[in-house]
Amino acid sequence: MIELAQVQKRFGENRVLQGVTLTIASGTSMVIIGGSGTGKSVLLKCILGLVRPDSGMITLDGQDVTKADRDAFLARFGMLFQGGALFDSLRVWENVAFRLLRGPKALPKAQAREIAIEKLRRVGLKPATADLFPAELSGGMQKRVGLARAIAAEPEIIFFDEPTTGLDPIMAGVINDLIREIVVEMGATAMTITHDMSSVRAIADNVAMLHGGVIRWTGPVGEMDATPDPYVQQFIHGRAEGPIEAVR
Amino acid sequence: MIEATLGSLGRPVLQAVAAVGRVALFALQVVGHILRPPFYLRELGSSLVQIGWHSLPVVGLTAIFTGGALALQIYAGGSRFNAESVVPSIVAIGMTRELGPVLGGLMVAARVASSIAAEIGTMKVTEQIDALVTLSTNPLKYLAVPRVVAATLAMPVLVAVGDAIGIMGGWLVGITRLDFNSAAYLKNTVDFLEVWDIGSGLVKGAVFGFIVALMGCYHGMNSARGAQGVGAATKAAVVSASVLILAANYILTEAFFSS
Ligand SMILES: Nc1ncnc2c1ncn2[C@@H]1O[C@H](COP(=O)(O)OP(=O)(O)OP(=O)(O)O)[C@@H](O)[C@H]1O
Ligand SMILES: [Mg+2]
Repeated sequence: MIELAQVQKRFGENRVLQGVTLTIASGTSMVIIGGSGTGKSVLLKCILGLVRPDSGMITLDGQDVTKADRDAFLARFGMLFQGGALFDSLRVWENVAFRLLRGPKALPKAQAREIAIEKLRRVGLKPATADLFPAELSGGMQKRVGLARAIAAEPEIIFFDEPTTGLDPIMAGVINDLIREIVVEMGATAMTITHDMSSVRAIADNVAMLHGGVIRWTGPVGEMDATPDPYVQQFIHGRAEGPIEAVR
Repeated sequence: MIEATLGSLGRPVLQAVAAVGRVALFALQVVGHILRPPFYLRELGSSLVQIGWHSLPVVGLTAIFTGGALALQIYAGGSRFNAESVVPSIVAIGMTRELGPVLGGLMVAARVASSIAAEIGTMKVTEQIDALVTLSTNPLKYLAVPRVVAATLAMPVLVAVGDAIGIMGGWLVGITRLDFNSAAYLKNTVDFLEVWDIGSGLVKGAVFGFIVALMGCYHGMNSARGAQGVGAATKAAVVSASVLILAANYILTEAFFSS
């Protein structure tokens, strides 16, 4: 279980997170929605310790994440970055197998490569892509390689930062199904950021909306449509008129 | 009024001290990680090729022209005292003690510090460094240590090659333009050159190599966001590496040769 309590983060004058409180139960899928620039990516990075919160507390299974053993802590996580963040000096399969090839439990090269190719297949990429370099792929393909890398070591907790942006509707559907499958079949805990409402409905057990530096609304996905909260209503229906200003 | 003046004077000084502290801390961290596993041998190998092997042409070209020019200058200067015969030994001493390591170091700074800073800076702004962390890999160990070790090992070799080529440049000019006898020139070079002339230059080379890679890594890892951030990091890496090389050269020369 991941718990955030009153997490605050500012960059200079820009107060991005102003007291975020949120609980994500183990084995469930949480989807974070919210306008562009509201701090969704920063929130994920705070949990991973890539960005240090100014105040507040983040715990994983009751343990303060800043006091945990970093290696053991990070070994439980997988992360898909919004921009893919592939290592451009390494081939696609070496990117996917990065964790498998290193550390105390490193696998032999041939075996790691086989797993990498299997993960690539699951995100809809042909085995031939394995030997290319990231720069030779399209944006959507890079995104999917990033996804394959995030799930390659079968982590318990996986963060997906906009997994379906830049993908065609069919491929987006494949990825939505994959994320759902990872949660249901492998029992993983997932936290996904997305702007795509069909993804939200396909992936989420619970939804949280980040707005104005706080969690504006959170609840099961089934209750999202019925909530009277005007912010949520404006967001899910994509209306230009409403309490959320269009200029941010 | 006085307080404000002092304050405005104080801030840059404080910032400079803080920057020096950060670089020193970074250097200590890198050194501390060199002997602790895991070791990234593949990265070390490719860094050796990148930094050492690929720098050979530029270091060689720098050395040959410098050696040639040095021979002409020393001949012209020496002729004022009827001391033209010192050309071979002064060229050799000048190349091995000073010009080989310093010019080689500056050329490598331009070539290597910039490319390291640009590469690591780009990795930083495209979140690749964050990705390394989430994949349980220490970026300092994976990116900085192999490059710093490779540069520290490769630079003395480059200096040795540069010394030889520089002396050869002097010899070429000596026998073609200055009427030296080839065998006498070489004998003169070998007879007056001491082991420490060469050794001190190689030690300087190792220090300069360390500085070059350290500055490249430090500025790359602290790059600001965006392409502009990477550009600024690259510039800062080359400038700081060059200045530090010249400063370190003076300090080392004091330490080695002032009696
Ligand atoms: N390293 C940083 N330094 C300074 N400001 C930052 C940094 N990272 C993020 N920010 C700022 O924090 C705010 C939130 O950024 P974040 O990337 O979390 O947005 P987001 O909700 O993920 O938006 P999007 O949906 O567009 O990806 C932005 O205003 C951004 O400028
Ligand atoms: Mg984002």
